[in-house]
Amino acid sequence: MRQMHVAMALAALMLVVSACGSSNSGGGGGGSASNLPTSIGKGEGTLNVIAWEGYTQPQWVKPFEQQTGCQVHAKYGGSSDEMVTLMRQGGGSQYDLVSASGDASLRLIRGGNVAPVNVNLIPGWKDFIPQLQSPSHNTVGGKHYGVSLQWGPNTLLYDTKDFPTPPTSWSVIYSPKYKGQITVPDNPIQIADAALYLMKTQPSLGIKDPYQLTQAQLDAATNLLKQQRPLIKKYWALASDEIDLFKNGDAVVGASWPYQTITLQADKVGVKDTIPQEGATGWADTWMLSAHAQHPNCAYEWMKWISTPKVQAQQAISFGESPANTKACPIMDKIQKGACAQYHANAPAAYFNSIHFWKTPTKDCATQNNNCTDYTEWQQKWTEIKG
Amino acid sequence: MGLLLAPPSAWFVVLYLAALVALFVSAFWQVDEFTGNIVHNWTFANFHTLLSEPIYRTIALRTIGIAAAVTLTDAALALPFAYYAARVASRRTSSMLFVAVLLPLWSSYLVRVYAWRLILAKDGVLNWALDKIGLGSVNVAYSNTAMWIVFSYIWLPFMIMPVWAAIERVPESLLEASADMGAKGWQTFRRVTLPLALPGLAAGSIFTFSLTLGDFITPTLVGGAGSDFIGNVVYRSVGVANDVPFAAAFAAVPVIVMTAYLLFARRLGAFEAL
Amino acid sequence: MTRVALRLWTAAIVAFLFVPIILICVYAFNPSNIQSWPLSGLSTKWFSSTWHNQEMRQALWLSVRAGLISTAIALALGTMAAFVVHRFRFFGRDAVSLLLVLPLALPGIITGMALNSFFAFGGVTFSLTTIVIGHATFCIVVVYNNVVARLRRTSGSLTEAAMDLGADGWQTFRDVTLPVVSTALVAGGLLAFALSFDEVIVTTFTAGAQNTLPLWIFGQIRLGQRLPQVNVVVLIVMALTLIPVILAQRLTRDTGVLRRAPAVGAAKPR
Repeated sequence: MRQMHVAMALAALMLVVSACGSSNSGGGGGGSASNLPTSIGKGEGTLNVIAWEGYTQPQWVKPFEQQTGCQVHAKYGGSSDEMVTLMRQGGGSQYDLVSASGDASLRLIRGGNVAPVNVNLIPGWKDFIPQLQSPSHNTVGGKHYGVSLQWGPNTLLYDTKDFPTPPTSWSVIYSPKYKGQITVPDNPIQIADAALYLMKTQPSLGIKDPYQLTQAQLDAATNLLKQQRPLIKKYWALASDEIDLFKNGDAVVGASWPYQTITLQADKVGVKDTIPQEGATGWADTWMLSAHAQHPNCAYEWMKWISTPKVQAQQAISFGESPANTKACPIMDKIQKGACAQYHANAPAAYFNSIHFWKTPTKDCATQNNNCTDYTEWQQKWTEIKG
Repeated sequence: MGLLLAPPSAWFVVLYLAALVALFVSAFWQVDEFTGNIVHNWTFANFHTLLSEPIYRTIALRTIGIAAAVTLTDAALALPFAYYAARVASRRTSSMLFVAVLLPLWSSYLVRVYAWRLILAKDGVLNWALDKIGLGSVNVAYSNTAMWIVFSYIWLPFMIMPVWAAIERVPESLLEASADMGAKGWQTFRRVTLPLALPGLAAGSIFTFSLTLGDFITPTLVGGAGSDFIGNVVYRSVGVANDVPFAAAFAAVPVIVMTAYLLFARRLGAFEAL
Repeated sequence: MTRVALRLWTAAIVAFLFVPIILICVYAFNPSNIQSWPLSGLSTKWFSSTWHNQEMRQALWLSVRAGLISTAIALALGTMAAFVVHRFRFFGRDAVSLLLVLPLALPGIITGMALNSFFAFGGVTFSLTTIVIGHATFCIVVVYNNVVARLRRTSGSLTEAAMDLGADGWQTFRDVTLPVVSTALVAGGLLAFALSFDEVIVTTFTAGAQNTLPLWIFGQIRLGQRLPQVNVVVLIVMALTLIPVILAQRLTRDTGVLRRAPAVGAAKPR
């Protein structure tokens, strides 16, 4: 009986100690410019990151761990929303880095969850394409809240048996012809894809930017997606959902990331992807540093590593996206012939401008007189659509 | 005595109850969408959204409906099995059956659900088997039917165990007496064994019902379009939209349903059969 | 006739329970990294890569630790609670019994959310401690149920007889009560460990940057590129736990002291 009391006391003590300890550590951090480090210190031995599936492959993580001694632990997020929430969890000190896309980065900056970084400590940054050195989605007031990473389009994935010639329009995923064989991402930002389609097919709606939608335009996009709902086999939330759907014959066409195409093709599944004539939405990712990062030195080492031409090339080919670092181009061609041109890594400007990168919808919008719907409304509409 | 009770109640009250109370109080608050902080303005807005938007009613009814279907299915599947294992099988067979029912619990829940994807897929095991027998193919992948099948599969051991225990506890003497008075096997089962096994069924049903009501993983993995459960909306609200107040408001639905169910099950003696 | 029907039904149920498990084990030898039917061959290449996967080993070790600590806490507190509720009549006893059923009856997502908000509010860092707290909540209940069920089935006359013969409280407990409930403790403890080991919903909300084994498995399912490693891990875990499960079954099937063979208490995954 006495032992049990001791055990209880110890347990209670443990609780109190951990509560005290954490509330102390929550105070520091912040992000004033004067706090920017001038050199990278000794690695802390661990690095906790939030990443998109496929962003932390052993191919470039293992050499990093060996060289810096920083053990990488990755938690996957399937959507920007999830990443923002994970980043804010537990006082923001759980994770050191997050590979945030453009629709998450501004929310993280405004919420005070990320800290400015000293880009002079990242040698690769000087070789980035100019559009990604200080883009508006990660550079605010002259301060860089992270380091641009990679960028790419959301593609149309199709089974070559059902589509001997590549489809030319996004209309195929809204077509009853493929009822029960279509899949699209389970993500409210998918509304922008519908808006993009309407932008080209129903110009009378007056949509100028798929992320800036008035109530009427949002309703039109929602209606299109509600009509699409009975045609959908499954809304994929995990990358492997879509992979399984195509591999096992449950879907023949859908909206996708190049990662799925590459994984399926590596397994000899007959699929290809394309960007239809209406254009595509896409992402431009940034590695952002948490304002309360527990392992800032390892974080800087990672940002440095991931910006080097070789790793940029490896990741670009592995995931199927375009590197920020211009020097990656020749290395890409060495790993896989023609990769540089395939991913537009050498002449990116026109291609870059054709992609409608993810950004957070807000009330303020230039194209519709500041009369737009914000992201919370998009989230509610998405729940309505999916049911 | 007070010393004995103090540690567990301290644990439960402080941590568990307080956390629950705090959670449901927050259902009356709201969250600032840009910064993610909870704003302590008392409002019924969350509940208003839940009641006025038909989609939440649909989701709630779907969740409760499938939970009920799963409970009935598992009860039907478990009863003959438990009867056989408890009263008919030899001691050795009975021991092996016991291990057979418990062993699946040691393989990961996630992986078992994931394996069902393979079974139910269009080019999966089920259609392959049906094709071999010449029965054509079915299209159940990523649907509510798929979820019903998978849930029934996963929770089956939790229905079997209490029912088995309850049937085992039926005294031999009662059954002998019933037979002595001229009742045939089926009559004895219906009049004597079944009523005495009811608490076990009720106890098992608490698990199957509650587990299905709160689950979000199976709908994510094997559900299709239009398969969202209360759990999915709650999980997305917390883990994605960071809107804990709304999640808490919607989570009140399973709590209310389960409380009502618990009171009903207590009447049936489920608590003694847990 | 009914006997045959019952036999067939039981066999069908066992088959139903094991088909997915057999699939899992077979697909540990899947040469491709995507699961599809039929299998294109057999390969053991994943076994070595799984063993060398450091993240998997860390997740496995974390799960084992969380399970052991939660079970230990559950055994201590659950037994205490069981004795008090069984032995004494006191004001609020019914409420306490209802309270002790809640963690099993309420969906895991609610427990998880509540604890998550509570910890976030209290500024507690998510770590092994918070994971253990989340697990212990339902582990305590499992042990409590098992012990209370056993105590109910035990005749009180034994303890009275022991006291009459001059044994004091502690001696009675050690020599009479403890052996009777020992099998319930083993069964409850084993079940509590199994539930903690496989728990994913509550852990999603109470873990920080760490991964328990189920969280690691979910990450791999998301990724979709190294799935056979998951199958390998599950296959090995099942093989390793076969012995303890058989042992537990042996122990709990032994005839109780005064009553016929008691059955194992119920369980619940989280």
